[in-house]
Amino acid sequence: MDAVNIFLAEKGIYMLTVILFFLGMFGMAVCGNYMKKLICMNIMQVAVIFFFLCLGEKDGGTIPVAMEGAAGADDYVNPLPHALMLTAIVVSLGTSGVGLALLMRIKEKFGSIEEEDIIEKEKGEEADEQHDYQ
Amino acid sequence: MSNMIISNLPVLVVLLPLAGALFCPVISYFSRRAGRLTVIAFAGTSFVLSVVQLLRITDVGKISYHFGGWEPPFGIEFSLDSLSAVLLVLISGTGFVSTIYSLPFFRGKSRFRSFGYYSVLSLLICGLLGMTSTGDVFNLYVFLEITSLSGYALIAMGGDKGVLSSFRYLMIGTIGASFYLLGIAFIYGETGTLNMYDMSGLVGPVLSSGTTMVAMAFFVVGFGIKMALFPLHGWQPAAYTNAHPGAAPLIAGVMGKVPAYAMLRFFFYVFNANTQYVERFLVVVGIMSALGMIYGSLKAIRQTDFRSMLAYSSIAQIGYVGLGIAITGYYGLMGAVIHIIGHSMMKSCLFFCSGAIRYRYGETAMERFGQIYRKMPVTCAAIVIAALSMVGVPPLAGFFSKWYLALGAANMGEYIFIFVLVISSLLNAVYFFRLFENMFMNKNVADGSKGIGAYLAVKAEKKAERDSVPFKEMAATKEGYKGRLEIPPAMLFAVIVSALGIILAGLFNAQLVEILGPAIREVV
Repeated sequence: MDAVNIFLAEKGIYMLTVILFFLGMFGMAVCGNYMKKLICMNIMQVAVIFFFLCLGEKDGGTIPVAMEGAAGADDYVNPLPHALMLTAIVVSLGTSGVGLALLMRIKEKFGSIEEEDIIEKEKGEEADEQHDYQ
Repeated sequence: MSNMIISNLPVLVVLLPLAGALFCPVISYFSRRAGRLTVIAFAGTSFVLSVVQLLRITDVGKISYHFGGWEPPFGIEFSLDSLSAVLLVLISGTGFVSTIYSLPFFRGKSRFRSFGYYSVLSLLICGLLGMTSTGDVFNLYVFLEITSLSGYALIAMGGDKGVLSSFRYLMIGTIGASFYLLGIAFIYGETGTLNMYDMSGLVGPVLSSGTTMVAMAFFVVGFGIKMALFPLHGWQPAAYTNAHPGAAPLIAGVMGKVPAYAMLRFFFYVFNANTQYVERFLVVVGIMSALGMIYGSLKAIRQTDFRSMLAYSSIAQIGYVGLGIAITGYYGLMGAVIHIIGHSMMKSCLFFCSGAIRYRYGETAMERFGQIYRKMPVTCAAIVIAALSMVGVPPLAGFFSKWYLALGAANMGEYIFIFVLVISSLLNAVYFFRLFENMFMNKNVADGSKGIGAYLAVKAEKKAERDSVPFKEMAATKEGYKGRLEIPPAMLFAVIVSALGIILAGLFNAQLVEILGPAIREVV
């Protein structure tokens, strides 16, 4: 039992984030709805952010602000991953924004955001075009 | 003043297109034309400065720029050697020419469209330049995302199909970027640094650890998706085909090559590629590239649309770069780098031409290019130059990269790669000569009438009948351009400059190799 506990304490959180990451990717692969795909993409990005944050965490560490009683680097959590993830959050916000804007255009044009409908419409259009050329 | 410019060169080259992107909407509020010219001016200045920087680097060697005075392992660094300096000239040059080339597409378009496109194009140039100059792995991620986001927007501007392919690319591209970010997490956890140079010193002892291996695998997947390496290329054909015609040259020509360059950086300048651990990954990259070279060429033969033929050919051509990385050694790397440069020029030139044909005739299907050389002689000459270079006819740029790749493969005893190289080149010849056949010999287009002009007249007549619009009006809108030259001067400029670039990169190949030499010799 101890071995399991130690394993979970050491690596459990990483396992969870990796599961979350691939859950997001799985969702992007199997969901037929573009909105759901976009949400799954966000889940995947959040998993990466968690992963970084776990990396900076440390037993008994406190916030990285100079204070009395905390002598060296060992007493503080690593602030760098947090700083990096601030940037990554902004990037993922931008990606979601562009994705949503594209979705609006797709909905306008194809009248649906279901993959099946769109593929059918696309095929129909191609046939139309060929008809046009002949 | 000039001293200050010289000492801040690395950051100015990247910052100017960004400034252009920010100023453009404001200035467009007063005058659309001035807004567009602002972007062109900033991109042009960036190009001039990148040339100055290249000259300086050939004089003094490497340049390292520290942001805010923070020393490298802690602060962000732009580190430039002759390799990145040459690529910066290439990127800013192609970007500058693209901004000029796009002008006719936006004549008389609404303010919103005009500044939207130009700002995003400028951002794309900024992102690509940043990716090339940075010496920090996380900074590379940020620039990668700037590049991708502006790329999504530019692809979406190519019309309804563009929106859809852009959305699909956004999905896959984000997976690629996330893999790269996870790779950073692993390697950062293992070495505790984000600076590339610092990392290359610290990574030695942990190179064999599982964590580093996972990081490397993630880098291969992340960059592989972004550069459209064979099994990860799914997004690429639709995206290149449907991108806005003004931005397609930059997207197809340069956007795929910069991640390839980043991969080369990682393998050879951060990880030491000569150890057995890294070699395993290089073998994987080599197999992927070799398969891609055959697959891309075969698919390109089957395409009927000029643009999608070029897109599939890009899958094959990025394989050459991957092959060079996999071959390793001085000649292999030189081949990869020269192919990055040469192919960027060839692909942008071909996309410039396809956009020009589309601008004038609204046609992209190759079977309807019959006798087009009579109408657009200069454009067709540029297509011929670029296509011959693609096939590898000396003394054009494409010949030398293949020469170095073959030399490298022979040196390393990888004869199978030479075989793949030759097969792929022959397949290249097949699809480009089919294009020539359509352009020069095909007399019978559609209804048995002659040449693309006649074809369009027939088509317009039919459409006029159907929509009951006066035929003359219809024909006039179809052949959109009525100028003295074959295409607007801005487009003609881009076509001629890119074709000249291919010839010059071939003729002055020895000088190019001399400039690149020291940077590559450092790691082999």
